[in-house]
Amino acid sequence: MSDAAGGSTQVASPGAALRAVPRAGWHAATVAATRRETPNATRLELDVDGWPGNAPGQHLDVRLTAPDGYTATRSYSIASSGPSTRVVLAIDKLPDGEVSPFLVDEVRAGDQLEVHGPLGAFFVWRPGSRLGAAADARPVQLIAGGSGVVPLYAIAQAHADAGDLAPFRLLYSVRTPEDVYFADELRELVAASAPLRLDLVYTRRTPEGWSKPAGRITRKALEDAVIPAGERPLVYVCGSTGFVERVADWLVELGHEARSIRTERYGGM
Amino acid sequence: MSFITRGFSGRSRERDDRLPPGQTLVHDFPVLSAGPTPDVDTADWEFTIRTESGEHRWNWDEFMALDIEDVSTDIHCVTHWSKLGTSWRGVSLDTLFADVETELEYVMAHSYGGYTTNVPLEELLDGQAWVAFEFDGEPLDPEHGGPARLLVPHLYFWKSAKWVRGLEMMDQDEPGFWEQNGYHLHGDPWKEERYW
Repeated sequence: MSDAAGGSTQVASPGAALRAVPRAGWHAATVAATRRETPNATRLELDVDGWPGNAPGQHLDVRLTAPDGYTATRSYSIASSGPSTRVVLAIDKLPDGEVSPFLVDEVRAGDQLEVHGPLGAFFVWRPGSRLGAAADARPVQLIAGGSGVVPLYAIAQAHADAGDLAPFRLLYSVRTPEDVYFADELRELVAASAPLRLDLVYTRRTPEGWSKPAGRITRKALEDAVIPAGERPLVYVCGSTGFVERVADWLVELGHEARSIRTERYGGM
Repeated sequence: MSFITRGFSGRSRERDDRLPPGQTLVHDFPVLSAGPTPDVDTADWEFTIRTESGEHRWNWDEFMALDIEDVSTDIHCVTHWSKLGTSWRGVSLDTLFADVETELEYVMAHSYGGYTTNVPLEELLDGQAWVAFEFDGEPLDPEHGGPARLLVPHLYFWKSAKWVRGLEMMDQDEPGFWEQNGYHLHGDPWKEERYW
């Protein structure tokens, strides 16, 4: 999340955005559970007092306060969605971070955190096509780099929970098999009745017997794995700035409309 | 509401008076955009100011012939990072508005790619805003808004529209892109006007 001054996307009507998203506010959150998500990341389940629910793809701010009043605030994508006051985060530990190492290594069940949200009304997805209304099911292509999968997992889970008929694919670039976030949940989504097609790209090390060598995603691999431009998918891309810039440029070259590509970049903090 | 977080001490105590509340100093230059980065060639680039009476228009060469200023300023992103003492080159909005007659008080900035953001005109004049085309002595990178972006450093940085192509005068304040998608209509970092 970072320098917010840009977007090559058409603007939704203000009324729609205002209606669709609960008003953000500060809330006290109690850590209900923590678990190791990957060797470098922790999943935090929060019970958020007064949380108004959130749409899949939204984020929140976490504020930490030291005894002398010093505060540090960071934005994190939310891995859950819907009306529940149970909010799930999955936080990657940044090497020189001030906040993420604390959230990943120090926080435990029962701790309280301040959160502000839900935030963001653009990088969200809502189910449109229920059973029996497949005609307007717009396909959705999700493309994740590393921890950028968090809001995309929320979207994929919401798609399955809604029984939405829109074709869904997730292209997920990750360093090693151990670095896959929500590995069990993604497996279940692949087998769900509103199926998700999952394509994994391993950049450092593959599972044994994997058909392709480890390496960064290429334009060809992207072209092979994403829903073709001709099917007019809505595309969500989330990851590091370099990953998102590269992928979004390729998507445009491959004929995807710029206004159908929604991006979120994890910046340098 | 505010309470102490168990076990958190924080790292930095060198609190700089130039940092607005809730901001953290960074030394890199993070990027956030809602979509792909538009590819804008300076040969095709144009900048327009549209008022109730007509249009003022500059192409790249005409723009480069205007009075160019060096700007050193702090910038503050709504996603909690700030950079101090950044250096830019660009054309002041005072220069661009020198021959513009308008009674209208609000501005919608429009960008290549469709991004918009709203700013009151009085917050763009009197040395408060530029159209910048250089950062740190180099042409502005496309991912940071090149070839040219609005620079309104006293507001959160989403107001500094990347890939800016023109300003449209309006008779009332209307929300732009991020303002419709959850960000504050005004965006003063010192008042933490982040979200509505």
